[in-house]
Amino acid sequence: MNQSILFLLRRLGFYLMAAFAALTLNFFIPRLMPGDPATIIFARFRGKLKPEAIDALRETFGLNDASLIDQYFSYLKSILSGDLGISIAYFPQEVSSVISGALMWTIFLAGTSLIISFFIGTLLGTIIGWNRNSKLDSLLPPALAFIGAFPYFWLAMLMLYLFGFKFDFFPLGHAYSADVSPGFNLAFILSVIHHAFLPALTMVLVSLGGWMLSMRNTLISTLGADYITFAHAKGLSKRRIMIKYAARNAILPNLTGFGMALGFVLSGALLTEIIFSYPGQGYLLLQSVKSQDFPLMQGLFMTITLAVLLANWLVDIAILLFDPRTRK
Amino acid sequence: MINKTKNSILKRWARGIFRVKKALIGLYLIGGFIFISVIGPLFAKDPIAFLGTPLSPPSLEFLFGTNGQGQDVFAQTVAGARQTLFVGFSTGFLVVIIGAIIGGCSGYFGGRTDDLLSFLINIFLVMPGLPLMVILASWLPPGPGTLIGVLVLTGWAWNARVIRSQMMTYRNRDFVSAAIVSGETNIRIIVIEIMPRMLSLLASSFIGASIYAIGAQVGLEFLGLGDVSSVTWGTNLYWASNDMALLTGSWWTFIPTGLSIALVSFGLTLINFGIDEATNPRLISERRWKKQVPQHLIETGITPVMKTND
Repeated sequence: MNQSILFLLRRLGFYLMAAFAALTLNFFIPRLMPGDPATIIFARFRGKLKPEAIDALRETFGLNDASLIDQYFSYLKSILSGDLGISIAYFPQEVSSVISGALMWTIFLAGTSLIISFFIGTLLGTIIGWNRNSKLDSLLPPALAFIGAFPYFWLAMLMLYLFGFKFDFFPLGHAYSADVSPGFNLAFILSVIHHAFLPALTMVLVSLGGWMLSMRNTLISTLGADYITFAHAKGLSKRRIMIKYAARNAILPNLTGFGMALGFVLSGALLTEIIFSYPGQGYLLLQSVKSQDFPLMQGLFMTITLAVLLANWLVDIAILLFDPRTRK
Repeated sequence: MINKTKNSILKRWARGIFRVKKALIGLYLIGGFIFISVIGPLFAKDPIAFLGTPLSPPSLEFLFGTNGQGQDVFAQTVAGARQTLFVGFSTGFLVVIIGAIIGGCSGYFGGRTDDLLSFLINIFLVMPGLPLMVILASWLPPGPGTLIGVLVLTGWAWNARVIRSQMMTYRNRDFVSAAIVSGETNIRIIVIEIMPRMLSLLASSFIGASIYAIGAQVGLEFLGLGDVSSVTWGTNLYWASNDMALLTGSWWTFIPTGLSIALVSFGLTLINFGIDEATNPRLISERRWKKQVPQHLIETGITPVMKTND
């Protein structure tokens, strides 16, 4: 057990280093821009911004005469104290409050579709892996591979056009309609589900194939194992062998994948949110890029990266708990 | 002698790929698109000229109709293939080269070098790629160079990891020890002795990276983060969505490009299947016995033991 803790601490050390690298990248990317960032930013915003917004911008970027090293340290200090600066597009809101408003929606949308996709995909993979050489097995994988060949956003737009615009089954954007009041009431919850359905459906559709194929392939490789042959010899029912013996062992790689996908929930829904105008992190990121809201952009990238790192560490812990073989 | 075996292996692989029907379809698809992208623009109309009424449906004059700027969609689809495929394949190539250098060195030398390089690889692996791409592409001047750079930066790590682990399995084989004892330099061992044995892995990595590059590049350009004045598949879709093509029901500005992208990545996937089937020893033997064992005798997961003539 001692060794496990050591392992987790080592991983934590790695993630801290990765976080540090991301923060550094975050600091240097704007400064790598050809030319002098200060002049370019101010030239872009001349006449468009109130003086206090420009001051906020100047402060965020440390665009005073301090040396690069000094700027870097003051940047690190303000980040560590949770101060991400002030948004330009949503002036005078703070970046952290803009981001936290969008965070919930991303976690809801991407998290739900990940869970649905994982369950359906794993189930289908078990079924077609068990009935290998059946019609379903020769039909489903190529069909999903073909769907997966289309660019995701293209499929999403097509669905939005068909089911949102042409047939008018679903709304064209936003997380809930304007005529319901947010809170724990039925009208609001129904509206949220109605708005999330189509984006979630597209995400499930394109990610289903991956879960299915990996489950199918691992299942087939466990079918040759001795304990399966023995289970057959004991005369257990086919269904029981399929679920309790084969699928239970084959699911481990999928579980690892699920954990990793969990980490990418915050960044994975980027295109979905943009196409369905869903007010999450990804939508916000594109808005910040388009309106050149640099503090918001930096804040978003940092939140997403930190979430990914945290989730990865949690996955390390989970695997340690679930798979006894890693504990040796 | 060594050359002879190598050649025969390559020949067998090549024969195998051509024998796998899926791969052959893939090769035709990709070959067709490359051919179109090279000679197509010579025959199609000017893709950026104003030629007819905007958003007119497909007709004999405009095979795929016109878009919101009155440009010929057919010409745009053909012209777009050129830069899209160029960026896709160059990214795939660079990703494999960088992956082979960093992953190869990491796996071959081990020790401190490995610690440092795999740390670098792991850092890039956990960085969220799409947001990083969006931010980088928005800062840098738009153009194919920026696209390739951004895609390579966010895509090389996975490949390096795969090549590293493959390299580690070769590192302790007898032929490598023999080469070291006979005084060959490390670089020569990596490049001449080991890399050719990884050829199928490198080839499928190249194809995988190209698929990723085409998808990501089209996505970035669709968001308006590429050079929107150039004609590529991504910018075609960007303009289609900018001109509200779907909301006006002009599906023809949208379908040809999307279908082309899908066919290219589907074709590449098929080639990858083919490489796997032609070079994976397990699948080679499976193909051999499947022909000779009656279908109803095949039990799931059990490989029949049988004699072959060759």
